[in-house]
Amino acid sequence: MAEIVALGIDVGSRSMELVALDAQAAVVDSARLPTTFHPVAQLAALLAGRTAPMVTATGYGRELVGQVVGSEVATITEITAYALGAAVSAPRARTILDIGGQDTKAIRLDAQGQVLKFEMNDRCAAGTGKFLEHMATVFQIPVEEFGVFALGGREGVRINAMCTVFAETEATSLMAQGHRPEDIAWALHASVCQRTASMLGRVGLTPPLLFAGGVARNPCMVRLVEKLTGVSPIIPEDPDTVGALGAAYHAWRRWASSAQSAS
Amino acid sequence: MQHDAYRAMWERLDLDLPAHDGLLQVLGKFYGDIYMSQQGRLQGMEYLDFVLSEVHGLRIQELQDAKAQGRKVIGTFCVFVPEEITLAAGAIHVGLCSGAEAGTELAEQLVPRNTCALIKSFIGFKLAKLCPFTQSCDLVVGETTCDGKKKAYEAFAEHVPMLVLEVPQQKRACDRELWKAEVLRYKAEVEALTGQTITAQSLAAAIRTVNARRRVLQRLGALRAASPAPISGRDALLINQVSFYDDPERFTGAISTLCDQMEARVAAGEGVAPADTPRLLLSGCPMAVPNWKLPYVVESAGAVIVGEESCIGTRNTRDLVDESGTTVEEMIDAIVDRYLRIDCACFTPNSERMDNVVDLARAQKADGVLQYTLLFCQPYGHESMKLARRLEAEGIPNLAIETDYSMEDVEQLKTRVEAFVEMLRSRRG
Ligand code: SF4
Ligand code: SF4
Repeated sequence: MAEIVALGIDVGSRSMELVALDAQAAVVDSARLPTTFHPVAQLAALLAGRTAPMVTATGYGRELVGQVVGSEVATITEITAYALGAAVSAPRARTILDIGGQDTKAIRLDAQGQVLKFEMNDRCAAGTGKFLEHMATVFQIPVEEFGVFALGGREGVRINAMCTVFAETEATSLMAQGHRPEDIAWALHASVCQRTASMLGRVGLTPPLLFAGGVARNPCMVRLVEKLTGVSPIIPEDPDTVGALGAAYHAWRRWASSAQSAS
Repeated sequence: MQHDAYRAMWERLDLDLPAHDGLLQVLGKFYGDIYMSQQGRLQGMEYLDFVLSEVHGLRIQELQDAKAQGRKVIGTFCVFVPEEITLAAGAIHVGLCSGAEAGTELAEQLVPRNTCALIKSFIGFKLAKLCPFTQSCDLVVGETTCDGKKKAYEAFAEHVPMLVLEVPQQKRACDRELWKAEVLRYKAEVEALTGQTITAQSLAAAIRTVNARRRVLQRLGALRAASPAPISGRDALLINQVSFYDDPERFTGAISTLCDQMEARVAAGEGVAPADTPRLLLSGCPMAVPNWKLPYVVESAGAVIVGEESCIGTRNTRDLVDESGTTVEEMIDAIVDRYLRIDCACFTPNSERMDNVVDLARAQKADGVLQYTLLFCQPYGHESMKLARRLEAEGIPNLAIETDYSMEDVEQLKTRVEAFVEMLRSRRG
């Protein structure tokens, strides 16, 4: 394997990802683990002995990485990390939507890929992957299949509650009224998407739109984002690791400039 | 600590002593973490450290001594209450702070839950018997600004002697007339309370006193336009907060000395942070003592605050009362005009505020504006959206934060603020 010169680590509240780059900034390795209640132990497992001259951490647990890596770790926020990740995986993107397990972000970029404006929802599960996960359990469907299931639904049913708990109550009572489960599932997806669309509106959605985060794997969400915004989103190959990729790129740039000043 | 010396006084003021001890302890720790940890502070800040450490002690003792000599203490919640009139009648004017979470459950029995933290705080402090200032007041003056306060005063009036002034919501000629009538009503009420008639001489002196304090705070503000910033935003906010309850003349003197030190710093090109530190202007709701949460988050994220566009900031200090009047009538007119220039979000359409924020951001050489809105504050919440559009049109980056006094969202705030600071840094290249 090519020599690793830069590591990027994204420590989210639900999962953590790692991306390793070589001297050409090509991805040579990546890994993913759940965060659990023992993030430091999980981080050690994620690194599995990997080291690199430059390490950048991002995500809500970014301050923890230094404890595990041993060498100095630069930290950047998720916003900057996603902007950098987009610059690598979809350089033309002008807006990023990230729906992760626990939070949602919308970021607008200028033509150079610099952040112009951002919005975050990280206080409440509604509008995040967590909401869909919870609802999939209610439907007793594996979360990976929930989107496909919902695609079989039709428009017409509405979920109004913003809160996960109330939305569940609404969904249950819709079922009791005899509505098709697929239609209710569609409505639940639509309620998440509605919130997302208003965040995109607030940052001023400018295409092309990059859709990242685990929820970007959900086909119903992709369909709804397209429907609600009129923009068909770019889905990166590995939507979960855009933040880690951006952090890795940040580390790589520091490596490149230090290599340059050393020669 | 010298707290023991004050216990009898607190007891006389009917404070809940154990709860009050707890409050002082938390405050002391909070102050230590946020203030005493700073590097390169101006020497003159010692005065502020002292005043703050004695906020429930010596200052209250001074109020009690003044009361023993027959002077009256008037408490206020808004910069609309004309301090000149209070002082001209020989009374003491204090701003009641309401910047901490206390007695929330009690407060929520008097006002709805979706009331802003500031209102809940002043009610909570009263009901939990924690504020020696409120307990010292002979009169508390409210005003019809936002609906939250207006209605809260109805409930509050059952607990303190209350006078509510009507502040108009527009600035037409008839609104000025209404406001003038209210200023005159306030004058009559204060004269009745103190038994002193306001004269041209006493009013002129009061106008000079309050203007002098505004001028020194203006001077402080202007010095903060320098790069590197000569004072931290936290310290500057504290100065503005203390201006609401300290003796005005003593305060003006102390801050003027501090400004001399700042001038020397600026001349030497020194500051509290490197010159390339991103500079932020805070804008929005008032941050009352001891609400230091956001400034602390901002300055821990590697930015420096160079101005506060709020009532505990420029909204209180920008405009002076014209000093050329010679009769009481002329001076009252000057006061009426000055107060009607306040650009509070309770006014409509209040477009001058948009211009004032843009001007201030430019004057302070701010790289961005951080809008601060208290949760459930309608007036500033609305204006935050309007202001965001205006700032965008002017090419000034801005971030809108909505929060309250609780510490639960500090991590989320940090991420937002750090991301904003990173954005400003990368813009600079
Ligand atoms: S924001 Fe408005 S209502 Fe509040 S203190 Fe200032 S002037 Fe008064
Ligand atoms: S912060 Fe807003 S809601 Fe609260 S008292 Fe001031 S104007 Fe009213």
